[in-house]
Amino acid sequence: MRITTTVNGEPREIDDVWEGESLLYALRERMGLPGSKNACDQGECGSCTVYLDAVPVCACLVAAGQAQGRDIITVEGLAERDTLHPVQQAFVEAGAVQCGFCTPGLIVAAHDLLARSLQPSDQVIREALAGNLCRCTGYEKILDAVRLAADRLADASASGR
Amino acid sequence: MDFLQPRSWAEALEAKAAHPDAVPIAGGTDVMVELNFDVRRPPALLDLTRVEELTEWSMDEGQVRLGAGVTYARVITELGRELPGLAMASRTVGSPQIRNRGTVGGNLGAASPAGDSHPALLAAEAQVELASLSGTRTMPVSDFYTGVKRNALEPDELIAAILITPPSGPQQFCKIGTRNAMVIAVSAFGLALHPDRRAVGTGIGSAAPTPRRAREAEQFLAQALDEDGLWDSRRDLPAGLAHDFGARVRAAAAPIDDVRGTAAYRLHSLAVMARRALTWAWDDYQKAA
Ligand SMILES: Cc1cc2nc3c(=O)[nH]c(=O)nc-3n(C[C@H](O)[C@H](O)[C@H](O)COP(=O)(O)OP(=O)(O)OC[C@H]3O[C@@H](n4cnc5c(N)ncnc54)[C@H](O)[C@@H]3O)c2cc1C
Ligand code: FES
Ligand code: FES
Repeated sequence: MRITTTVNGEPREIDDVWEGESLLYALRERMGLPGSKNACDQGECGSCTVYLDAVPVCACLVAAGQAQGRDIITVEGLAERDTLHPVQQAFVEAGAVQCGFCTPGLIVAAHDLLARSLQPSDQVIREALAGNLCRCTGYEKILDAVRLAADRLADASASGR
Repeated sequence: MDFLQPRSWAEALEAKAAHPDAVPIAGGTDVMVELNFDVRRPPALLDLTRVEELTEWSMDEGQVRLGAGVTYARVITELGRELPGLAMASRTVGSPQIRNRGTVGGNLGAASPAGDSHPALLAAEAQVELASLSGTRTMPVSDFYTGVKRNALEPDELIAAILITPPSGPQQFCKIGTRNAMVIAVSAFGLALHPDRRAVGTGIGSAAPTPRRAREAEQFLAQALDEDGLWDSRRDLPAGLAHDFGARVRAAAAPIDDVRGTAAYRLHSLAVMARRALTWAWDDYQKAA
């Protein structure tokens, strides 16, 4: 079947989509957007987290056909041209990335958290990231990155930027 | 495979009648796992996410009418006051991503004994509304579960809504698992006190082939509260009552050993959860006076 969606602000049309395939497969294999990762294909790891109509979901659990006409934002859509989003920059600086497989999903989940709250407590951060597994970092540096991004975003919004 | 995408409830019922073997898909958090792992290859998927009638809730003759496609995230943010037990249960489901997508109707459709909605719906004595082209029927949720992962849906039927009376008293939900997130219940328990009717509702999860009520325990507790005039006085519970209630809840379960836990642990944990749930609920009831 044919599916038309908006992905990262651009209209996309893909053909020959199998009716049972996931949005994650369609993004990675048909639209050339391999940022979202497939580490479990069953909703457990969060590596495939994308925004679907502004709500973070596991792309592996959305049928591609369900995305028809919807608005999708993937990790590829967060940076402004060559400038990383402050959440991405904070992950780099805080050393929150080792193998990097979990990173795209964590970036989207953290991005969503910080869109709602710029002063999240550690407990709120942990809860917001509870659907994202990382086998490498032990999470401490990820928490550091989210706090760093929160501080910078709060400063930026205080100074009106 | 066909992909059916009705835009209205009428179209959805027509599609299900024309394709009884089509598998409905709402949040997809159960269905997609089965597709991704080739556990299931249905001839058609019936996407319900465009059916607005399913994704809304309303107040209808003093009852909450919860569309089958309302997500856990919305139950938590919008219905914490009207459906406290279900909102507590919803908070324990999966992860934020799963709660953003998974629905209460999908939990009923899957009818897993471990589904977290069930103990809360049983305790609140919810009704399930099923519909097909030939009509609508409503049944107590306790009649909806017919076996392990089996339910009362006919091949041409869809779940329309869940009907729940807002609480007249406190509700509690407890769940045992190995961590705080992303956990299928080892065992779970829901409790609702209904002071308006002087009744007690319970729901047992993950400890029998289907979710079930502990009816004998409900009657025991309701009667004990009645006899001592405690519904009105709201005095402290007599020593041992919560413990005895827990023992009766345990007696209503019929668990098995599996990878998540042993039958013995499930029985023990149920007795403990029921005792604690009652203690907390009674505390809430006293504070609300
Ligand atoms: C990582 C992960 C963690 C999870 N954690 C939990 C947890 O903690 N607790 C828990 O209870 N569950 C959990 N689940 C299971 C799942 O999220 C729930 O069962 C959820 O409620 C399913 O809802 P859904 O809308 O995604 O259902 P879907 O997958 O879309 O459908 C589930 C079933 O219901 C049927 N169905 C859906 N809507 C209707 C309808 N209106 N009429 C008739 N049939 C219908 C479908 O055909 C299918 O058989 C988890 C799943 C995953 C992947
Ligand atoms: S790949 Fe989707 S959650 Fe793991
Ligand atoms: S950095 Fe390797 S899984 Fe997180």
